[in-house]
Formats: sequence, structure tokens, C-alpha cells
Amino acid sequence: MTARIPHGLRSVAIALLAAVALFVASELLSEYNDLQLATGCYYFAALAGLTLLTGLSGQISLGHGALMAVGAYTTALLIGNEHWPLLGAILAGTAMAALVGLALGAAATRLRGPYLAGATLAFAVGLPALAEKYPGTFGGANGLTIEPPTPPSFLGSEFPLERWEAWVAGIGAVVVLLLAGNLRRSGMGRAFRAIRDDEIAASLCGYSVARVQLTAFVFSAACAGLGGAMLAVVLQLAAPGAFQLQLSLSLLTAIVVGGLGSLAGAAWGAAFLVLLPGWSNDIAHSFSLSTRVSSNLPLAIYGAVLIAVMLAWPTGIQGGVRAASSRLRRMRGRREATGQRGSDPIGRGQGPVASVPGSDAALSNQRGDQES
Amino acid sequence: MTVRSPRTWAVGCMCALGVVLAAGCGSSSSSSSSPGVNATSITFGTHQPLTGPAAPGYSEIAPASKAFFEYLNSQGGINGRKIHLIYKDDEYNPSKTVTVVHQLVLQEKVFGIFEGLGTPTHTKVVGYLNTSKVPDIFVASGCPCWDNGTKQPYTFGWQPNYTIEGKILGQYIKQHFAGKKVGVFYQDDDFGNGGLTGLKYEVPASQIVSAQPYQPGGTNVAPQISALKAAGAQVLVDFTVPIYTALGQLTSFTLGYKPQLVVSNVGIDPTTVGALLKSFSKGKAGSELIEGAITDGYLPSTADLSNPWVALFKKVHDKYDAGAPFDGNVEYGMATAYTLAQSLQLAGKDLTRAKLVEAINESGSKLRGPGLVPFRYSKTVHGGYGGTEMGQIRGGKIVLFGGPLTTEPDESSAITPYTGTQPAPPSSGVSVP
Repeated sequence: MTARIPHGLRSVAIALLAAVALFVASELLSEYNDLQLATGCYYFAALAGLTLLTGLSGQISLGHGALMAVGAYTTALLIGNEHWPLLGAILAGTAMAALVGLALGAAATRLRGPYLAGATLAFAVGLPALAEKYPGTFGGANGLTIEPPTPPSFLGSEFPLERWEAWVAGIGAVVVLLLAGNLRRSGMGRAFRAIRDDEIAASLCGYSVARVQLTAFVFSAACAGLGGAMLAVVLQLAAPGAFQLQLSLSLLTAIVVGGLGSLAGAAWGAAFLVLLPGWSNDIAHSFSLSTRVSSNLPLAIYGAVLIAVMLAWPTGIQGGVRAASSRLRRMRGRREATGQRGSDPIGRGQGPVASVPGSDAALSNQRGDQES
Repeated sequence: MTVRSPRTWAVGCMCALGVVLAAGCGSSSSSSSSPGVNATSITFGTHQPLTGPAAPGYSEIAPASKAFFEYLNSQGGINGRKIHLIYKDDEYNPSKTVTVVHQLVLQEKVFGIFEGLGTPTHTKVVGYLNTSKVPDIFVASGCPCWDNGTKQPYTFGWQPNYTIEGKILGQYIKQHFAGKKVGVFYQDDDFGNGGLTGLKYEVPASQIVSAQPYQPGGTNVAPQISALKAAGAQVLVDFTVPIYTALGQLTSFTLGYKPQLVVSNVGIDPTTVGALLKSFSKGKAGSELIEGAITDGYLPSTADLSNPWVALFKKVHDKYDAGAPFDGNVEYGMATAYTLAQSLQLAGKDLTRAKLVEAINESGSKLRGPGLVPFRYSKTVHGGYGGTEMGQIRGGKIVLFGGPLTTEPDESSAITPYTGTQPAPPSSGVSVP
């Protein structure tokens, strides 16, 4: 039916397709929607890293909002004080978050389950306070403001700033998509899953549990740092108010709602974070309610949607999509089978068949976390 | 890998597009050359803390402004245009402020941003608004940072600069609490620092024994209040938003610490602080904890219904905004709305963004209305009211005394009494010089 496509090539193709889709979208959308697109892209970067960490390697982090803050503050400081170019500052923000992730991850590999969640939670609560402790460097509660990034001159003077921001964040998101897509299909990705499922069995197979977990943590910290760095560029600010505990919790919520462990789930999660507040606000204000009710209603709607999604699709939006598409395929398969009985001896209507011995497909198919 | 490939592709692509297309749903297609204004209407937008730490009290401001616009609109609006106000919740969270303001400017296509609330929040959008040449009229904060017509020609403050407030409070302390130890409890941003700067211009440094900052967001202020108590401060000056005035007073009460309280105008609205005290203490305490506090005001006290401005605002409030309590926040919202309407009147029938800015630059200092003192506006000075009158909480209400004082936000300018009289409001619409 289809020829085998090498993993690496497939990731590249998906990333290219995503890049083209983002480019076309940024050209078609209005300025405000471009800004939303950029917001979605920086959330996606952070969510992709977190979903690999939590969904694949089984480590829960409540501290990714703080790792985003590391990326954002590094970028804002380098652009604001040292006048670094955009790319350099974003890469430095990513690297700095990876470095902090290395330290945090070293502690994390010694902790399990709720203890790990607790340690990362402390990090999320404590780090923004650091900015307030040293107002001279980090600008205190006011935070740091940076000059808006100027689009390169060859794009013309009329080129909208918001579209340029969407491009910058879009490129970051595509890079993360490519790297994360490859990582989860690589041997290291298999090691993540093996350790998540059974640490003892994995270490008997020769994996160093600590090293694998640390790799996962550093990678996801770098993704969060990149997300934070792009946030600083898009919002032109790094302030403690933007990185409260709430951010870490909403990141975790988004990957669960989107579909834990899958990159498509991270994309759904990003859309959830960007679009739901606006929609719930519109709904809340479409009724003529008193200000007190209508200003608190969005929070209630958020909670209601969260409960509804989890009841309808316990495996997240992507889980729902996957279930729907396989049902569709089964129905089509049955129709084909009754129509042309006997002409299809392989029986292709029977759903996914793991026919490549030795690949990770059989293992991960049972987990249902394979799709990109 | 064999059979699943096409599905994976489809799902991958679809999801990448999902974000994109969903984001596209809300795109609007208006392309007027001067956004937010036509012959019959003009639309402003604002970011307000409708929820979050600054919401108590402050969430009443924008609805009150809207109510005042409805009152003006019922009389035909200004220059034949009805004034509309779209207010959005930013939770006093700077990253939300940035998003909300972009949404107002780019999607809602507002003519300008009006009374955007908060120092830590609004500082994040001033650059954007000025680069985009969007009028940023009457920021609801007394941060000295709005007062820069050269660098930020589109941004205007409205209420007295916190440094001016700090100076006038400081002079009172110097005169009436001479020799007493002074402690300061302040918000750790340009609001608190601005006030503290002004205070230090007047009160000798040796008299200030301790200055304790707090970060908006936390709820435990015991370390700060204990430090002030330990330093032996007999006079406690608060540059706080209402919720922290209440938290500070409750903590003082628990610690048995009873200094003479002096609070900046933004943090002492008795209705708001009284309600907060009641709610935090589960009904055990109330506005008696702020009774006798020294403060200042630049609008007539809402308790003074004989003042024609207060009477007008009460009338509008009862008709259009009756759900809210009639307190200082409501008065604030209506007074800023009045000044905006005056400015629109001045800018004339043929309205552009630049013309509105020009009108305030040229004639803003001549505008009189609910304020006790005139504005300081000029091409370079974009600060608001030039002074305040001292006041005290008596019987749960602000009572102003001593007459209005004016000064400039620098160390050398003297504090002088303002002797001009306050004109009465017109029977309908607004009056301009």
C-alpha cells in the first residue's frame, strides 16, 4: 500500500509541510491573528518538549513555566543590555534554559512521581520571586521591556511587525517539531518509553535510567527555553507576572487536553491555550450579565471545557481524533470488504498492522502514543 | 510503519493547520483609513483588572466610565458621535495586557486606548502604542513614567503623578508629625517608588526609619509590617493598592501595632478597603481599621453630595450603573470619562488620532471639571492633575481639608495653595474653554 518512508525523511517532510502551512496562514491572516499564531507557536515549542518529557519518559514537571522564564529573561537581557541580534539572543535563551534544566534534571532523576512534581513546583514558585529579589538586574515586578524586533529591510518598510513575529515563532516551532519528531522515533525515544514503562526492565536491557531521564529533561527544558525566548520577542517583555505558577499548570493541562505524548497533541494544546480564553470571554460577554459575573465567567467556562474534554476523550483531543479516524477507516474497510469480497486477501480493512518485526511499532501501538 | 503512514501524515498536517485555521476564525475585515471613528460613533478600548489581585474596587472603574458615556450619548454624544468603550480583563498580568491591547488595536480597531489601568501592566504597552501612533489617553495610574511628551507623544497621564502626591503627603507629615519616626509600606514598582521619591523630597531622611516593599500577588505582608513595627515607626505611610492597604492594616491589628496611618489616594477608597477588611477578617473587622487615616484627594469626596459634580455622578450612577456601590472608583471612572469627552469636544468634528493628541497638548491645561486643581498638560508635559488636597477618613468617609495644593514633581518646586474656584458642571454635555 505505501512504501516505507525512512523516519528521518518523514520528520523533515512533516516539518516542511508545517512550515508551508504556517507561512501561508501568516500571509492570509490579519495582524491580530498573526499575533495569535505567534503565541500558538511559542506555546507549541514549550508544549512539545513537555509532552515528550511527561508522556514519553514519564516525568511530571510543574516547573516548565519557570524554564520559559529563564529563556525569556536571558533573551530580554541580551537584547536589551547587550544588543545581541535576535537569533543569537533566542539561541542563548534556549541554551541557558537547557543549562538550568540540566541542574534541575539532575535532581529530578533522583525523584519519582509526586516528589518530582513537588520539586519542580517549588522551582516554578521560587524562580519568578528571584526577579523581584534583584530588581536592579531583572526589573522587579515591572519586568524588562525590550524594543520590538524590526523586520529585515528586504521585506519592505510596510511589512507588518506581527507577521514577522509569527515567522520568528513559526520557525522556532518547526525546528522543535523536526527535532522532537526525530527524537521520539530514535533509539533514545524508545529508551524514554522503556524507562517510563518499567525502569528495572529497562536498566536490565542496559539503559542508564538516570542518563536517559536527564536527556529527556534537558531536551524539554531547552524547548521551554526556546518557547520563553520567543515569548519575550513576541510580547516584548519578560515580567514575573507572565510566569506565575498558573503558566506551568496550564502547560501541563494543555498537553493532557491535547493528548499526552504526541506532538499533534501539543499542537492541539497550543490551540487550546491561545483560543479558549478569547472564546470564553466572548461567550461570557455575549449575555448581558453584571460585570462581576461576566468577568469571572470565563474561568468557569475554562473549567467546564476541561471537564467536558476529559470526559469525552480521556486520551485528549488527539486521542479523540485518532479514535474517530480509525473508526472511519474501519467503516470504509468493511464497505470495501463487502463490495469486493475475496479481492483483498491481505485484509487491509483490519486497522493498523504492525508488520515490521523489530520496529518499535508493536510496543508503542499498544500505548497509542505513536502519532506525530 | 507501513500501513499507518498515510494516516500519520494526514493527522500531522491537519493539526499543524488546525492551530492556524482556528486562529483565523476571528479575523475581521474593516479597513477604514482612521480606525475606530466615523461620523456617528467613536470607539475606545481599555485593559482593566476585572479579576485578579487588583480587581477589588478597580474593576468598577471602566463600567462607571461606560455609564458616563451612555449618559452623554443619551444627549447626542460629542460632536454628534456616540462614545463606545470596550473593556477587557488583563487580570493585572502584564503578559495579558500586551495580548489584550493588541487585540483592541488590531482586531477591535479602536480609536485609542483610554484609562488603561496599572503601572506594571501599562508600561508594557506604551512603546507599542506610541510606535503605532495610537492615542493612549489618561492612563489610570499616577506613575511619573507617563509624563514624557517628548518620548511618548501619544501617552497622557491623568491623575496626579505619584511623586506630587508623595510630596504633598510628605509636607503634611513634616508639619504635623515632626520628630516622629516614619515607616513606609510600598508597592515595589514605579507606583511605590514614585511615591517614596516624593515623600523623601519633603521628609528628612533621618526621620524615615524603615521602607518595606511588597510584590503585588503575594498575600503575606507580615514580614514587612513586623519590620516596620520593629523599627518603631509611629507614622506609617502606605503607597499601596486597596487590597494591600487592607492586608497591611489587618496584619498591624493582629500584631497590636497602631501607628498613625497615611495612605496615598489610590489605596484608601473607604468603601473598597472597608469591604476588603470585612471579607478578609470574615466580618470581625471593617472600616474602623482605617478610621482617622490621613490621605489626599484630587476629586471632591463622594460623601459630599452638595458638590454639583458628585451630585451629577450620583445621578448618572443611579441611572446607568446602579449595580456598583457609589464610591471613589466610580467617581474616578466618571471623571476620566468627562475629561475624555472634553478632549474630544476640543479636537473638533473632523477627528483624527493626531488631532486628539494635539488638542490635549494645546488646551488640556485649561480644561476644568470635577478635578480640584487644573491639569499640567502641554506639548512636553503629559502628567495629569498638578496637585491634591489633604484629607482624612472620618466616620468611614474621606473628608478633605485645608484647600487644594499644587506643585511639580521635582525636588525644588514649592508646594503652593491653589486658589481658583471649581466651575459647576453644565446642565448637559461637557463644557470646554
